[in-house]
Amino acid sequence: MTTTAPTRSDATGRRSATRRPIVPGRVLPVVATFALFVLLFGVGSVRYEGFASGQVFANLFIDNAFLIVLAVGMTFVILTGGIDLSVGAVVALSTMVAATALKAGLPAPLVILLVLAIGTGLGVLMGLVIHHFEIQPFIVTLAGMFLARGLCFVIGVESISIKDPFFRALATGTIELPGGVVITWSVVIALAIVAAAVWVLHRTRFGRTVYAIGGSESSATLMGLAVGRVKVAAYGISGLCASIAGLLFSVYMLSGYGLHAVGMELDAIASVVIGGTLLSGGVGYVLGSLLGVLVLGVIQTLISFQGTLSSWWTKIAIGTLLLLFIVMQRLFMRRTS
Amino acid sequence: MTDTSSTTVAEPDGPGGAADPVVAMRAITMEFPGVRALQDVDFRLFPGEVHALMGENGAGKSTLIKVLTGVYTSTSGTTELRGERIAFSGPGEAQASGVSTVYQEVNLCPNLSVAENILLGREPRRFGSIDMGATRARAAELLGRMGLTIDPGSILAEHPIAIQQLVAIARAVAVDAQVLILDEPTSSLDQDEVAELFRIMRHLRDEGVAILFVSHFLEQVYEIADRMTVLRNGRLVGEYLTTDLTRLQLVSAMIGRELGALAEVERLADAAADDVDGTPVLEATGLGRRGSIAPFDLRIAAGEVVGLAGLLGSGRTELARLLFGADRADSGEVRVDGRALSLRTPRSAIAAGIAFCSEDRKGEGILADLSIRDNLVLAMQAARGWARPIPRRTKDELVETWVTALDIRPSNPDALVGTLSGGNQQKVLLARWLVTQPRLLILDEPTRGIDIGAKAQIQKLVAQLAAEGMAVVYISAELEEVARLSHRVVVLKDRTKVAELDGSASVDDIMRLIASAEGADPTDPSGPDGPSDPTRRSPSSTHDDVVLTEQVAS
Amino acid sequence: MSTVPGTTTAPGVLERVRGSRLLWPVVALVALVVANAARNPGFVSIRLQDGHLYGSLVDILKNGAPTLLIALGMTLVIATRGIDLSVGAVAAIAGAVACTTIAGTTDPTSAGAVTRGIVLALVLCLVLGLWNGFLVALLGIQPIIATLVLMTAGRGIAMLITDGQIITVRNDAFREIGAGFLILPVSILIALAALGAVALVTRRSALGLLIESVGINPEASRLAGLRSRTIIWTVYVFAALCAGLAGLMISSNVSAADANNAGLWIEMDAILAVVIGGTSLAGGKYSLSGTLVGALIIQTLTTTVYSMGIAPEVTLVFKSLVVIAVCLLQAPKVRERFRRHRRTGPAEPTAGVASWSADTDGPSAPGHPVGQDASPATAPATNASTAPKQKVAQS
Repeated sequence: MTTTAPTRSDATGRRSATRRPIVPGRVLPVVATFALFVLLFGVGSVRYEGFASGQVFANLFIDNAFLIVLAVGMTFVILTGGIDLSVGAVVALSTMVAATALKAGLPAPLVILLVLAIGTGLGVLMGLVIHHFEIQPFIVTLAGMFLARGLCFVIGVESISIKDPFFRALATGTIELPGGVVITWSVVIALAIVAAAVWVLHRTRFGRTVYAIGGSESSATLMGLAVGRVKVAAYGISGLCASIAGLLFSVYMLSGYGLHAVGMELDAIASVVIGGTLLSGGVGYVLGSLLGVLVLGVIQTLISFQGTLSSWWTKIAIGTLLLLFIVMQRLFMRRTS
Repeated sequence: MTDTSSTTVAEPDGPGGAADPVVAMRAITMEFPGVRALQDVDFRLFPGEVHALMGENGAGKSTLIKVLTGVYTSTSGTTELRGERIAFSGPGEAQASGVSTVYQEVNLCPNLSVAENILLGREPRRFGSIDMGATRARAAELLGRMGLTIDPGSILAEHPIAIQQLVAIARAVAVDAQVLILDEPTSSLDQDEVAELFRIMRHLRDEGVAILFVSHFLEQVYEIADRMTVLRNGRLVGEYLTTDLTRLQLVSAMIGRELGALAEVERLADAAADDVDGTPVLEATGLGRRGSIAPFDLRIAAGEVVGLAGLLGSGRTELARLLFGADRADSGEVRVDGRALSLRTPRSAIAAGIAFCSEDRKGEGILADLSIRDNLVLAMQAARGWARPIPRRTKDELVETWVTALDIRPSNPDALVGTLSGGNQQKVLLARWLVTQPRLLILDEPTRGIDIGAKAQIQKLVAQLAAEGMAVVYISAELEEVARLSHRVVVLKDRTKVAELDGSASVDDIMRLIASAEGADPTDPSGPDGPSDPTRRSPSSTHDDVVLTEQVAS
Repeated sequence: MSTVPGTTTAPGVLERVRGSRLLWPVVALVALVVANAARNPGFVSIRLQDGHLYGSLVDILKNGAPTLLIALGMTLVIATRGIDLSVGAVAAIAGAVACTTIAGTTDPTSAGAVTRGIVLALVLCLVLGLWNGFLVALLGIQPIIATLVLMTAGRGIAMLITDGQIITVRNDAFREIGAGFLILPVSILIALAALGAVALVTRRSALGLLIESVGINPEASRLAGLRSRTIIWTVYVFAALCAGLAGLMISSNVSAADANNAGLWIEMDAILAVVIGGTSLAGGKYSLSGTLVGALIIQTLTTTVYSMGIAPEVTLVFKSLVVIAVCLLQAPKVRERFRRHRRTGPAEPTAGVASWSADTDGPSAPGHPVGQDASPATAPATNASTAPKQKVAQS
């Protein structure tokens, strides 16, 4: 080397100075959500008698098992940088299909398979349209939402109750944990799904590709990863989770109805965002989403314990939290870019 | 320049001396709808060499790389890898065959760890589960082999670009790459970082990897490259040993010469030079922005054309963007008519009478879905605000005047700008600014990618605008144009202003400066057909009327 | 420069009709009406009674008015590459504020109470619009996400205002907004007046041009000196005001504020109306008349399904199919394929097309069509015309 222009280093500067590590921030949102949960639970325990019990904590899982599953599926999609608005409607469709098929006398295992196939199929279909026609996920899944809701009403407009013994057994069956705390099978299923999702996202090439796509889709393509397949599969998983959530919801409600789970997709999205997952994709944890659901659950519990506060405060609280986390994410991204 | 005219074939000289080429591309032609990006290009790459691919914007470097890596399928021609004919279906397949590419923008996932970025898709697994420990160990080993000590568990985005670039190279060699393509890896690195990169490149070369290196920094090419291939306008100019080619020869091979057709505009600048009254319209002192251009001083007087000359990536566009407030300067100040101004946004620059035509005509210039009329009045309308629309009649008059004056075709003002040819789009952009009657007009590559008739019209217009008292900053990759039109030429190199020449400077003077460095001996002056051939001067060049009536195109 | 002047003269009426983006939406609307009329001839009959027009078509206008109004605001938002999901919630809030204000005054039947209610509702909507605009234009949050906040919290706010009750009001003046008639339903007259006013303002002033510019190419607009932030902020405020007015209509029509169900899913209908009307979700050129047709199609569809004796909720299935069809038709990728399919003939690109893309190093190649020859010193001037596929004749 002879010399390069002497002033060049002045001109470009050391890049390291302008790019600060984002890492403490990587887990920070999850930690923040956890702290928020502990704080809310603590406030409840101090203010209300009987709040600080294992059963109240377990009830958070029992009453939100379907939402946990929904949030897991949504996490996959949001990690790829997409969004899935159809999940609430798919939940309703699943309850409707399950109730109708059971009423028609189909055996429970077959009904379950049917429901799972419909949900997954719908998700894959939306994924294919999103990937191959490059239409915004928002609009495609919006259409999916309309379709699933509409199909509910094509099946029937009235609520259909479920009398199948297997579903009933699931609904009433409980497991007693040490300390007298009781949970339902739904909780077990939901937690198993969370565990499976954690493993898939962190320990399989598929899961790492989900993160890679969210980090930079073009890079992932240039790295030779199966971007298309993984993206479509993410929507498929979201659909699968939505149909599982739908089954759990039919167990929870013991009925199928086209107006079940209205707006539940917003709760799922809110849980994921409050759980620290970046809406732009690539950063976030399933455990964060679980914590997000628990935060929503504890807010609901607090409001019901309070007694004088009306239920709509839940919506306002969720909206406010959503805002807080979105603005936090935004400031966070500004600092790092 | 004489020895650039024939296609020289330089045999590699070094460790891989007599070896067969690892990559041999023959007679590659690549056509896109309406454009031939490559024509009959031959290219050879030998094991154990660093080979620089040189050329200006549009020369076809990227296209050639994309053909090699399978992003494009060439229209004709053959590519051989280790003697076997290949046609990759995409970068993935190329990588699997040992051809890895590292791009200018780091194409990694910033949200993942260093180890994952190196091994993504190839992670060691145990019982179907990714073994994170083994992944990190393997990554650490690869990094260690390159002499790097980076924590493989750290997140990529934590590291400066330079390190990310090196991680990208580590990923590329992790597949036992025999061919490593580095597409402008140094454009955002500083001196120490470049040194580190070069150390690793030499290391890999010595291990027998064939490295294809693209860079706009001549000094770097001379430091690292063993051989080079020069492309221009989609054709092969030649293949040379670095030691055989002086910098001046290289620059002239890259830039080429453009003669004749435009010579009629010659010396318009000199004729108008007498009118320069010396009042600076704009004066910049110490203006600069980290990472884009080093602080510079610049004075532009009314009626003066200041040319910015330099290779692509030299900082010519960056300088212009600072003057217009398109990017925010982080040092220095700008005075317009002696008053200090803060050019924080284009709006404030426009209010001060500054106008700017971006080189990215489609991305930053035209609004393709709007009509000629709407595009033409946009800047003026933006300055007036939405509540004070330009009256229909005024608008029609303006459009009529400028469509005629600049010979914009089609002349139907309702035609969508997106359907116009490049030259006409450029004229619409020019007109957009001219209706605002700016005092300083900044033109970044106004003649790129447009046909020759429109080129001549635009250059003539610039000269005439200056003669009428407008200050103009003129940027072009074609030094002929800059030399011909400018009263003064600012030469930029490696993001720094290196010199300022007066209007009598010739293309050779500019080229010599761009190529200048220790050891660069500008031994070979230009041929007899220099740009200053007086017989080509056209009498029409003395018109002081803006209206250009000459019909150049059919 | 290959285009010969004069070839692109003003297109004839027929071509304009054929080229119009409104053609297919209008055809769809007419087809819907015709299909209905064929099934039930009474569908198209309109009769005048007591100074009111009655009939299915009139009902469509009346019921479609809130959607039209919201779609109007949405059109401008979408034109700037944005979207506003919160309009349904904002409509609910407006209804809630108006009804509680009116019900809370000492004389709930007075005109003063109505004025107060409406003004309060609209002022609050203005604030909500400012809020959305703040998140999008100033903080730079993606529009979908930014407006999701208010979509979620908005219904809660509406319920907070009504205290979870359905507030009914008995006020004739208030009833006029949504249920009144001036021969035609008052609601559609208001919506059409708003449409006309927006058309007039955006097309007579330069606002329309500036909005489209921001949507077509934000960076080019910034470099041309546009105040993009202010423009974006303005359209969100306007969308919220439209939503507020629509909310007043909805609650006035039933003389009650139902925080839970007023304007439920209306944001989706409005987005759909805009998209059917030919305004692309990618922003840019917008069509107000297209939005009008789109809103009418949606309402007609709803009415059709209803009159066919199918559960009204099933309309959703049809809507979803329409959304997918329209989006597929608009998707650049599909269009490209379609075009490639059609262009199988000997369509040689002309010189005019040749220079379109020559601005990046890549497929655009010959940036400098001059001096193609490897030997610059020997390239004569006339060789300039050898650039690939670019025929340039020297005069």
